[in-house]
Amino acid sequence: MGRDNGKMIRTKDLTFWQKLYLPEVFKGLSLTLSQMFKPKFTYMYPEERFQPPSSFRGRPILVEENGVERCVACGLCSRVCPALAIEVQASETELEKERYPVRFEINMVRCIFCGFCEEVCPEEAIIMSKEYELVFSSQEEAIFGKERLLTPAEQVRERLEFLRNSR
Amino acid sequence: MDILIASTKIAVVLAAMLTSVVFLVLVERRMSAFIQNRIGPNRVGPYGLLQSVADVVKLLMKEDIVPAKANKPLHDLAPIISIAVAMTTFAVIPFGNAIELFGTTIKLQIADVNIGILYILAITSLGVYGLTLAGWSSNNKYSLLGGLRSSAQMISYELSMGLAIIGVILMAGTLRLDVIVEKQTEYLLGWLPAWNIFLQPVAFITFFIAAFAETNRLPFDLPEAEPELVGGFHTEYTGLKFGLFFLAEYMNMITASAIVVTLFLGGWHLPYADMLGLSGFALSILQVLTFCGKIVLVLLFFIAIRWTLPRFRYDQLMSLGWKVMLPLTLANALVTALILLAF
Repeated sequence: MGRDNGKMIRTKDLTFWQKLYLPEVFKGLSLTLSQMFKPKFTYMYPEERFQPPSSFRGRPILVEENGVERCVACGLCSRVCPALAIEVQASETELEKERYPVRFEINMVRCIFCGFCEEVCPEEAIIMSKEYELVFSSQEEAIFGKERLLTPAEQVRERLEFLRNSR
Repeated sequence: MDILIASTKIAVVLAAMLTSVVFLVLVERRMSAFIQNRIGPNRVGPYGLLQSVADVVKLLMKEDIVPAKANKPLHDLAPIISIAVAMTTFAVIPFGNAIELFGTTIKLQIADVNIGILYILAITSLGVYGLTLAGWSSNNKYSLLGGLRSSAQMISYELSMGLAIIGVILMAGTLRLDVIVEKQTEYLLGWLPAWNIFLQPVAFITFFIAAFAETNRLPFDLPEAEPELVGGFHTEYTGLKFGLFFLAEYMNMITASAIVVTLFLGGWHLPYADMLGLSGFALSILQVLTFCGKIVLVLLFFIAIRWTLPRFRYDQLMSLGWKVMLPLTLANALVTALILLAF
């Protein structure tokens, strides 16, 4: 339906039964009532949780292998982070030319879960986990240090495999 | 003794209505959830049965806010009018046949008025004062628009409501609701119950549509159309006063269903119930349960319609009321009168 010089023009005319309106009401009713018995989409949240696929970008974590982090403190993740959420402080290890992060902090209030840090990391040291339940009661609590970021590689195997297959 | 019986009936009916409102709200929320492939509230109590109780407690604890330049007395009066009207309308509806108890015959009807239908029409038109005053006294443009819309809508649809009932009144020859129900307990052609829905289908449809408009239910909920008017007439109401409007809306729904059942669906009449060979008392109880069951079915239909149809535009509402419903009901009354005159 459109207007032309103040005159109404119907591009599609209703049939007699549609103008009667009542049959259409019952058509609508049969649709909604048939929907009533279809399976529901709701998760019963605290008891039943969403199990994300491997492609899910949850909270970023640091991969821990044989008790030490893979991270070499190159600082690329910190540079690429659009939200400036990552802070890395590097130091040298006993080995020659090897560095490690003394301090590695991600501010989870700032993090936007873009996954750039994971993409840029040359060591596959920082990756996105499946964890999505992030609740804090203070700003300080939202800053994750190394001790909360480090996760054994076995726990994030699925994501590591996904990254290798998709690269 | 009479006062005792009457007050018992009032207490029972009011308690039944208030409790059914509590569950009606839950049923509406669960049913809408199912229609939208959701689950709906199921946390408070078993199957979420106590959800409405929690909501009422929440409303009770809310602050009562009155806008700065509102007309305070009218602002307080409006929800009272709404709830009073919603509570009194049910008084004349017979919810069962006369019952024999302890040697006395008790009519299952609070007020046995000989102008029952007239009473219902009069009281329901008072209900519009509640909404209009709420809109007027709030000192808010959206409330005022909602109040204006409600008055215009009520007046337009009350006309066709009354004219639809005329067909039924002509058939029964009385304004007494108990007699109208009794007339419907006969059988047509020996097997079809003589409910008015079969004898007056046009009146049934028009009355039902008008009932939607009178109770402000979707597709005719223009007085409180959320997307256009914030909350319509109850925008400036909080806490218990808002709760009263809410309660009144659902009680009106129950009453409207009861009127539809009484006038068109045979009231408490259960077809072929006398073949079961029950005693008088058991039969009466069965009839009251039948009445309740019919009301529940009509209410479910009300809810299903709400979650199926979109809201009417205001001009569509008016043209439906004046150009379609009014001529249709007038013609129906005329044809009914002519047929009755001929036979």
